[in-house]
Amino acid sequence: MGLIPKRLLPKTWWLRDLVLLIVNVAILYLVWVALEYAALYFPAIRYPSRILVLMGINITLAVSLNIINGHAGQFSLGHAGFMAVGAYTAAFLTSKYFAPFVNQFPEGSAQQIIWQNALLLVSIAAGALTSAIAGYIVGLPSLRLRGDYLAIVTLGFGEIIRVLILNIEEIGAARGLTGIPGWSNFFWVYFFAGLTILISHRMVMSSVGRAFLAVREDEIAAEAMGVDTTRYKVKAFVMGSALAGVAGALYGYFMMYLNPGMFTFVRSFEVVAMVVLGGLGSISGSIVAAVILTFLPEALRYVKEIYADMRDPRMVIYSIMLIVLMLTRPQGLFGRRELWEILARRKDSNPKEARDQGDATDKMDRDAGPPVT
Amino acid sequence: METLLQNLLNGIAAGSIYALIALGYTMVYGILKLINFAHGDIFMIGSFVGYYAGGMLSKQLNAAQGGSASSPLYAALIMLLAMIICGFLGYLNERIAYRPLRNAPRIASLITAIGVSFLLEYGGQFVFGPDPKFFPTLVQKHVINIGGVVTTNYQLIVLGVAIVFMALLQFIVYGTKFGRAMRAVSFNFETASLMGIPTDRVISTTFVIGSMLAAVAGILYGLSYPKIDPLMGIMPGLKAFVAAVLGGIGNVPGAVVGGLIIGIVESFVGGSSYSNYRDAIAFIILIVILLFRPSGLFGKYQPEKV
Repeated sequence: MGLIPKRLLPKTWWLRDLVLLIVNVAILYLVWVALEYAALYFPAIRYPSRILVLMGINITLAVSLNIINGHAGQFSLGHAGFMAVGAYTAAFLTSKYFAPFVNQFPEGSAQQIIWQNALLLVSIAAGALTSAIAGYIVGLPSLRLRGDYLAIVTLGFGEIIRVLILNIEEIGAARGLTGIPGWSNFFWVYFFAGLTILISHRMVMSSVGRAFLAVREDEIAAEAMGVDTTRYKVKAFVMGSALAGVAGALYGYFMMYLNPGMFTFVRSFEVVAMVVLGGLGSISGSIVAAVILTFLPEALRYVKEIYADMRDPRMVIYSIMLIVLMLTRPQGLFGRRELWEILARRKDSNPKEARDQGDATDKMDRDAGPPVT
Repeated sequence: METLLQNLLNGIAAGSIYALIALGYTMVYGILKLINFAHGDIFMIGSFVGYYAGGMLSKQLNAAQGGSASSPLYAALIMLLAMIICGFLGYLNERIAYRPLRNAPRIASLITAIGVSFLLEYGGQFVFGPDPKFFPTLVQKHVINIGGVVTTNYQLIVLGVAIVFMALLQFIVYGTKFGRAMRAVSFNFETASLMGIPTDRVISTTFVIGSMLAAVAGILYGLSYPKIDPLMGIMPGLKAFVAAVLGGIGNVPGAVVGGLIIGIVESFVGGSSYSNYRDAIAFIILIVILLFRPSGLFGKYQPEKV
């Protein structure tokens, strides 16, 4: 974490992590406050900062799907379904119970702000929990199915979740769920994006993550080595879907409206495209791809202005670029490596030296700690 | 009893369209182990070719003699045109998006498949316009009443045409030299190429045949459900894929049976009080069947060898 010199940090690992966490959250908070103030004086940056928030949500989604598809090597095409479960749980709790409670306090009072953010966390946790349960239920068939069969079953589960939501009157059915307060903001979105990255990175470095990689590389060999493959596969599903639920909850607060049409399998495809484009198993790859694929349609906005009518060429260009990117880098932008590994390797011009330092690079990564935000 | 037969008939008509699309999925998967997500959109293009060709034809004929274009001969010509255009599109699709990735990880071609699918959908919205269009009546509609069961000549045409093309495909796959080459490539890609089979050509031809069947399905779909739009291929495409998996992917008769099952069950659910769950039922059947037979109804179970 280049911001603080290493010698100033405490030696104890948990104290060091705590300091880093506090510093990072404080920096994030300051950036958010700065953005809010800037928006007061320059209303023009409101729109870009909305895209920034959307980007944060997509980063969370991509990194969470990367746990299932990248690290554990299972192929899920139902991520939008998990996202929908989290989004609807949090939005339902908030609009039905929490928002009326918070609104009884005067606008802008300390009580209101504290309760609002506390209840935001409660409903996000509830969303994560229900998504995790959904992930557990979907993870069960992965005990029997592999590859494309698993992909199509998860896709099916995603669609079933959507049709179920479409038929539950209490959460708005086809009309959609309205009246969600806009509680999410830049700070919370990037807080959870950072948390997701942290969890994902720490997990890969831990024994659980190593088991995931073993399952991905060769399931039979992993089983022979004593890895409980079914348990880890379900674990990956539960982790990935819980974090997707968090992203969904934030998305609900961000849009202030939910509708089952937002969570079709096309949405899942978009997230899968981010993960594969970034390189399966590469966390930084997922982040970069999420940024690119969120930014791309927005960057192409000026193209739309050439055409005055309804016809929108943005998505056409988006899909062509997706195909071209995939054709030019079939293994994804970063392959299975992380950004810092690629950078570290590039510094050594001598290939022999680089090979010798392979272990050292790994060790350095572990010491350097994950990037929070 | 009558409603039962009625639902069954509607189900078979819808199911044979699913089956035609499913055949394309299953053939491509059998050879390349690739879920060709763009297949449903090729089906959509087939429908749109029918829409534009039919519209143009009736305009020409109206100018010439005031007659309408609804004659079986013209319908067959339009279907042929749709097959040629979709076949060419299928060839391009394979050539541009899948062939360069043949030695890359399989997942990469899955993403280009999704990319091509997006391209056809959004490109369709861009070129044709996003609003739904009404498919021209290529054949005069007659209602036929057989002992209380109401049917139209459309359903019979759908059924007849579907059976003809399935029989044709069965003949191609099991009765010709090309079919043998196709089965060989599907059995083992590398060995087939060592035996002198031009694998690239076989794969291209498979795509062309699959896309032609999708075009036929597109025309039949437009005939039966005349509202078409650029996103119409998504749901039927997905359900057809489910049908292919249901029957055991890579298995030609399996795809037909799977398509019919999905069509019939959907028709019964659509006629019951659970009609809101119609879109989910295909997936529920799929999950239940895969839990008990992980390789589909007719698929061979292949235990993994070390």
